[in-house]
Amino acid sequence: MKLLTGNDLPTGDVIWWTGSGWSRHVTDAADVGSEGEALGKLEEAARRVNGPYVIEATLTPDGPRPAHIKDRVRALGPTVRMDLTLAPEASPQVVL
Amino acid sequence: MYQYDTYDQSIVDARVEEFRDQVKRRLAGEITEDQFKPLRLMNGLYLQLHAYMLRVAVPYGTLSGKQMHMLAHVARKYDRGYGHFTTRQNIQFNWIKLDQAPDILAELATVEMHAIQTSGNCIRNISSDQFAGAAADEVTDPRPWAELLRQWSTFHPEFTYLPRKFKIAVIGADEDRAAMRLHDIGIQLLTRDGRLGAKIYVGGGMGRTPFVAPEIKDFVTADDLMSYLEACLRVYNRYGRRDNIYKARIKILIHEIGAAEYARQVEEEFAHVKTLGIDPPLAELERISAFFAPPAFDADAPDTIDRSDPDFAVWVDQNVRPHKQPGYAIVTISLKPTEGIPGDASADQLDVMADLGTRYSFDELRVTHAQNIVLPHVRKADLYAVWQALDAAGLATANLDLIGDIIACPGLDYCALANARSIPVAQKIANRFADLGRQRELGELKLKISGCINACGHHHAGHIGILGVDKKGIENYQLSLGGSGAEDASIAKITGPGFDEDGIVDAVETVTNVYLERREAGERFLDTYRRVGMEPFKVALYG
Amino acid sequence: MTDSPLRFRDDAPHEEPAVTLDAFLGQTNATAVRIEPGDDVRALLPHLGQLALVEVAFPAFRDGRGYSAARILREAGYTGELRAEGDVLVDQIVPMRRCGFDSFAPRTEIDSATLHASLSRYEHVYQGAADRAVPVWKLRHGQPRS
Repeated sequence: MKLLTGNDLPTGDVIWWTGSGWSRHVTDAADVGSEGEALGKLEEAARRVNGPYVIEATLTPDGPRPAHIKDRVRALGPTVRMDLTLAPEASPQVVL
Repeated sequence: MYQYDTYDQSIVDARVEEFRDQVKRRLAGEITEDQFKPLRLMNGLYLQLHAYMLRVAVPYGTLSGKQMHMLAHVARKYDRGYGHFTTRQNIQFNWIKLDQAPDILAELATVEMHAIQTSGNCIRNISSDQFAGAAADEVTDPRPWAELLRQWSTFHPEFTYLPRKFKIAVIGADEDRAAMRLHDIGIQLLTRDGRLGAKIYVGGGMGRTPFVAPEIKDFVTADDLMSYLEACLRVYNRYGRRDNIYKARIKILIHEIGAAEYARQVEEEFAHVKTLGIDPPLAELERISAFFAPPAFDADAPDTIDRSDPDFAVWVDQNVRPHKQPGYAIVTISLKPTEGIPGDASADQLDVMADLGTRYSFDELRVTHAQNIVLPHVRKADLYAVWQALDAAGLATANLDLIGDIIACPGLDYCALANARSIPVAQKIANRFADLGRQRELGELKLKISGCINACGHHHAGHIGILGVDKKGIENYQLSLGGSGAEDASIAKITGPGFDEDGIVDAVETVTNVYLERREAGERFLDTYRRVGMEPFKVALYG
Repeated sequence: MTDSPLRFRDDAPHEEPAVTLDAFLGQTNATAVRIEPGDDVRALLPHLGQLALVEVAFPAFRDGRGYSAARILREAGYTGELRAEGDVLVDQIVPMRRCGFDSFAPRTEIDSATLHASLSRYEHVYQGAADRAVPVWKLRHGQPRS
């Protein structure tokens, strides 16, 4: 599957396209198919996202999992400060 | 320390308002991200993996207790309670919101701090020797010169859109504690025939293509320095490559045309620029120098240290250095606890260090390029009290310049440019060598880790260097040996194929074992490597 | 491009179209020349007296070579119109003015309120350049502001 991601303009938070809006949680992300780039341009022009880009992901029982480690780190937070991530109870190994 | 006059303050205040206006225009959609990016970068604001990151300058690494308290305040109020000291005497806050950045800058300006030119293709924060004004081997204090350069480079109208970033370091001692020759311009102050002047090195740097800077000019006097540097920059601005971002640094220009030809062009430009009257008079250097006069040292301060507490004695041996003033010492606070993140300090720790600086070090602190903090002027009689306070705050790690004192960039845990994580590797290595006795047995060993080719973690200059790369989506780590950022500057060489995260920890242990087997009396790891060469290390690593 | 250049001069805009540097050097009666980022502006120095307009092209705002070109011309005594043309953004006008540009032909229109605010924002400058601003080191050591 393909996901559309970027950062929120005023806060810089990592955000994911849900199909109807933006979420901080990759688990809410929707498959954008081939529409991602066009959608990203529209959303960026409306300043609802900054620096949007499309990534590859796979659908797992826990939700969408980005194909590249960089986006898995983005989805979680810094693995060396799990207390500051979106999943403080998780193991840092989840990004591997 | 330097103190702003109304001119300095008005310039920094104007910058806050300018940036506030730029942010407002960005949020209102009047400018695109493409247009805004260079503007925010020139004020140290990045968009990183998880949030905006603000890089605040600590000019030439010097700050007061009040300024350090302000950093703690910013960490608490606008970030998540901590900051990260970088390899260029800056501090980064990792969780900044764009709409709050102007308020942060306004608060910083109240204590004469800013984020001006901490990024962007312009002249960056001027870095210097963290022991300036305190070191026993100093010819002259480099900080007045660095302040002169800070002012000259701030909003320099001609050099705001250079081909690439531009870093300048100034030192005034024989020992190079600032990696001076790995800067775009390295300035070494010295005296000749009774006159003070500078030797100029140009074209050093790390990154994708590392170079140790060649000497370009043997001696420039203080009253010619600005003209000379203006000429250096103008030649670069006109002829540095702009077709390829990876070949745009001045080191590539100098490598391509040769140091002699570059020096010739600079000489020609200098002959012209010198006629323009842009050099401040020596009275300006003297005005600035007055702010850096030695503090009121106690001439009767006892020159002995009570070493009866063994843990304290170990810390003194490792983290305390000789001061030029009898009865005083230079303390380095290691921000490298075994379980910690290299260069990170919590807001509470920032406050503790600020208070110690105020109480015990004439209100002065320094930031080092090795991501540690220095209390430059501590009475030997106060060392025990300082150590106790540091210990209570988790800041008494006695590993300065040992294998546990690792330089590491933020890596893929924070940085949008990174290919691999740096910090977890640093933590695993620190854990492997957690026994301080073992670290001390290995002696001075500078281990430096970068999470990508940009080399913010100075891996090229590590006695042992580690570079994280992306190998088909998997983090992989290349090992290199034999680098140095000191006065014996050299670029490390790659040992061979890379390793995975656990493999690189084993590999580091393997090369330290080769050192222990092969070393001769008095040799550091680097000395042994230089004597025996790469081969024994390769054999041990790869068979 | 906007219709008429944004000018900080009192004389009338120069009407003759600018020729390339190569054309100018081959056809020495031209009075207006256009400098591309890679051109060596020093080739103009023997001919400054006949020039009324030098247009410096900024194909991309990140390419800062034109800032040096401007200063070199002013340092050599050129007093004619010095125009920055192309991808010129409002936040670049102040440093360009300091380098000696006194005319601007930006590809996209510049907001006049933003420009007005930025032109008066900095009361002081740290270094001498091609404008009349007096660097603070001179003010500190007794030289009056111009």
